[in-house]
Amino acid sequence: MTETTTSVTPRTTGSGEPILKLRAINKSFGPVHVLQDVDFEAHVGEVTALVGDNGAGKSTLVKCIGGTYSIDSGEYLFEGAPVKVHDPRDAASLGIEIVYQDLALCENLDIVANMFLGRERVSGWRTLDENTMERMAGETLSGLSVRTVKSLRQQVSSLSGGQRQTVAIAKSVLWNSKVVILDEPTAALGVAQTAQVLELVRRLADRGLAVILISHNMRDVLEVADRIVALYLGKTAAQVQRADVTQTQIVELITAGHSGTMGLVPATNGNGNGNGNGNVAQVVEALGIADEPAAAADTAVADAVAADAEAAAGTEETDGTDGVQGAAE
Amino acid sequence: MSTQPATENKPSPVQDAVPPAKAATTLLGYGRERVERARGGEMGSLPAVAGLIVLVVFFWIVQPGFLSLYNIANLVTQAAPIIILAMGLVFVLLLGEIDLSAGTASGVCAALMAVMIVRHNMAWYFAVLLAVITGAVLGFLIGWLRAKARIPSFVVTLAAFLSFQGIVLMQVGKAGSVSLPDQAAKPIITLEGYNNNLMPLWLGWVMLAVVAGGYALVKLRIAVSRRSAGLESEPTLVTVAKTVAMVILGAIFVYVLGENRAIQQNAFFNNLKIEGIPWVVLLLIVLTVGLTFILSRTRYGRHVYAVGGNDEASRRAGIRVDRIRISVFVVCSLLAAVAGIVQASQLESVASNFGAGNTLLLAVGAAVIGGTSLFGGRGRIMDAVWGGLVVAVIQNGMGDLIKGANSQAWQWIVTGLVLLLAAGFDAASRRVGGADSR
Repeated sequence: MTETTTSVTPRTTGSGEPILKLRAINKSFGPVHVLQDVDFEAHVGEVTALVGDNGAGKSTLVKCIGGTYSIDSGEYLFEGAPVKVHDPRDAASLGIEIVYQDLALCENLDIVANMFLGRERVSGWRTLDENTMERMAGETLSGLSVRTVKSLRQQVSSLSGGQRQTVAIAKSVLWNSKVVILDEPTAALGVAQTAQVLELVRRLADRGLAVILISHNMRDVLEVADRIVALYLGKTAAQVQRADVTQTQIVELITAGHSGTMGLVPATNGNGNGNGNGNVAQVVEALGIADEPAAAADTAVADAVAADAEAAAGTEETDGTDGVQGAAE
Repeated sequence: MSTQPATENKPSPVQDAVPPAKAATTLLGYGRERVERARGGEMGSLPAVAGLIVLVVFFWIVQPGFLSLYNIANLVTQAAPIIILAMGLVFVLLLGEIDLSAGTASGVCAALMAVMIVRHNMAWYFAVLLAVITGAVLGFLIGWLRAKARIPSFVVTLAAFLSFQGIVLMQVGKAGSVSLPDQAAKPIITLEGYNNNLMPLWLGWVMLAVVAGGYALVKLRIAVSRRSAGLESEPTLVTVAKTVAMVILGAIFVYVLGENRAIQQNAFFNNLKIEGIPWVVLLLIVLTVGLTFILSRTRYGRHVYAVGGNDEASRRAGIRVDRIRISVFVVCSLLAAVAGIVQASQLESVASNFGAGNTLLLAVGAAVIGGTSLFGGRGRIMDAVWGGLVVAVIQNGMGDLIKGANSQAWQWIVTGLVLLLAAGFDAASRRVGGADSR
């Protein structure tokens, strides 16, 4: 966390204009309307966490951003200008890199070869320029303060999970990329390595990249994110500053699509007490009346959810979801 | 990579991972790294070289004639077609594919060449060119069926294996074989290496000087440029040792083959001199250097390894996976054609069963024995050379060792067991390397 979270004062979104802005994105696969008017923003120097339950549309959204899928309708703005991204190469040329969950590394190649895969440097006579590549790879890794790899000529098969993740991330920033999307970077890692990778994620943002982090792990999100975008059943439930929400609220947004005044669906019809959180209203996709449910019910839900989240941080608990929805109604 | 001491920042919990070490610059570090690699399953050609030495010593002890001058030259020429075929298979195996048709593809190309020369009076160089092009076309066909039509390579090449055999039969016709006339095919016959078509003695020494000097020069250039770029490089002593070893072994080889190895030294054959290196050795060296360069120093080669390691990752990295896949079958069948030409020139004829039988299996065995993985992603051209020599030594040694009705049978059984052993090595090193634990 770069900023202290001492007050609820709304922080102005990042550095003003978002580098990546999606407006009212729609995407269908046949009859299935996966993304419905989804909005999304990512800012330079910030970690934007993209959260949502299974089937909420996270992967689809990321694939739309990365050009694997092209969007059906909606606006795709990059650095303020509308762009068309139909192909992963389009996204790459804009400076958008995706680090997939399965890392996409070749285990039989060394670190340098992996970092330059498909974009190898050649010198005279079309031969591989190994020296330049090794030097650049070394500079990138040390620029990210990565000190855990012994030799750049190690085969990836000899690396640990955390080291592989590090290589995959370093690969994505080698190309003067501006936006880096990380798909569940800590899913397969132990505690220590998770800390290491999160540290790296933070450094990426500090170096002036816009980082988009997809994660199921609430602890990761809370630890490293500046902004949080929650998807719920193919809609943007909320785009909020990390500082403005609690874990409970995030979990509610994920599991029910709304939390208090934030979110998609109005809860039970209450007295509409407006709430003091101006900034929340500002960033929230509140549809019409954003009413607080009865205080007691709210707390109960919050407790239940918090307990659930505590119990199973990082895993997907459909039971938990059901429970929360049940409680909310 | 400039590793700083881990003092700045709060040391993250995983600093333990590995101490930053300037690994390979010192001799000790180099040795340690090698041992570590071997433990990690990267044995390279080491088992094949060790096996080769053991086999040679064994056959020599059992049958001193094994290391006679004549037999040494014999060994090299026998190994050549196997090695060339295996080189092509290395490309295919690197992708985790198999080409069962390489043997009969070499038959098709050799038969075509022979028929063109003998029955259509085609100039030998056109016939050779035609054979090589035919090989490339056959490979493209197989690769296309694999990559685009998505038929498993095992099935595609099994089908090709059978039908190519039919094509050879058809080409050769009733006669059962097509004999290559000495005159028309003189330059091809040169490859055979039995008679007087051998390299002049001086050329052998020149070849050694060029190979060893070139090797040292390349190594030196790499070392200098790496050091000036501040990167760690192979210790000078290791480079020197490798070069010296190469020079000594090469010198022995050139010297030994420079001796007159004519067996009959009676009055009638008195003037007969068989000395010099078979031309095919030059071909082997050119192929080894050229193909090694392609695999290890070009983008194409890097992409072959990448696709063999993880084709999905390669696709995401923008590599045209299908093209790479087709290309390796083209390379394989093309080299099969070359192997066929060499073998035809040695046999001076093409029989209707040319390239069938165990031709392909010996070549696959050679590649795997040399250290190329059947699971893709690991292998080098030198594997084919070492493995091919092992196979040739077994064939040659066993052939002389066991006489009688069952000698052929024993030869096959032993070759099969060695292949099994090599594949076992491969599987075991894969397990050690952790590639199985996905």
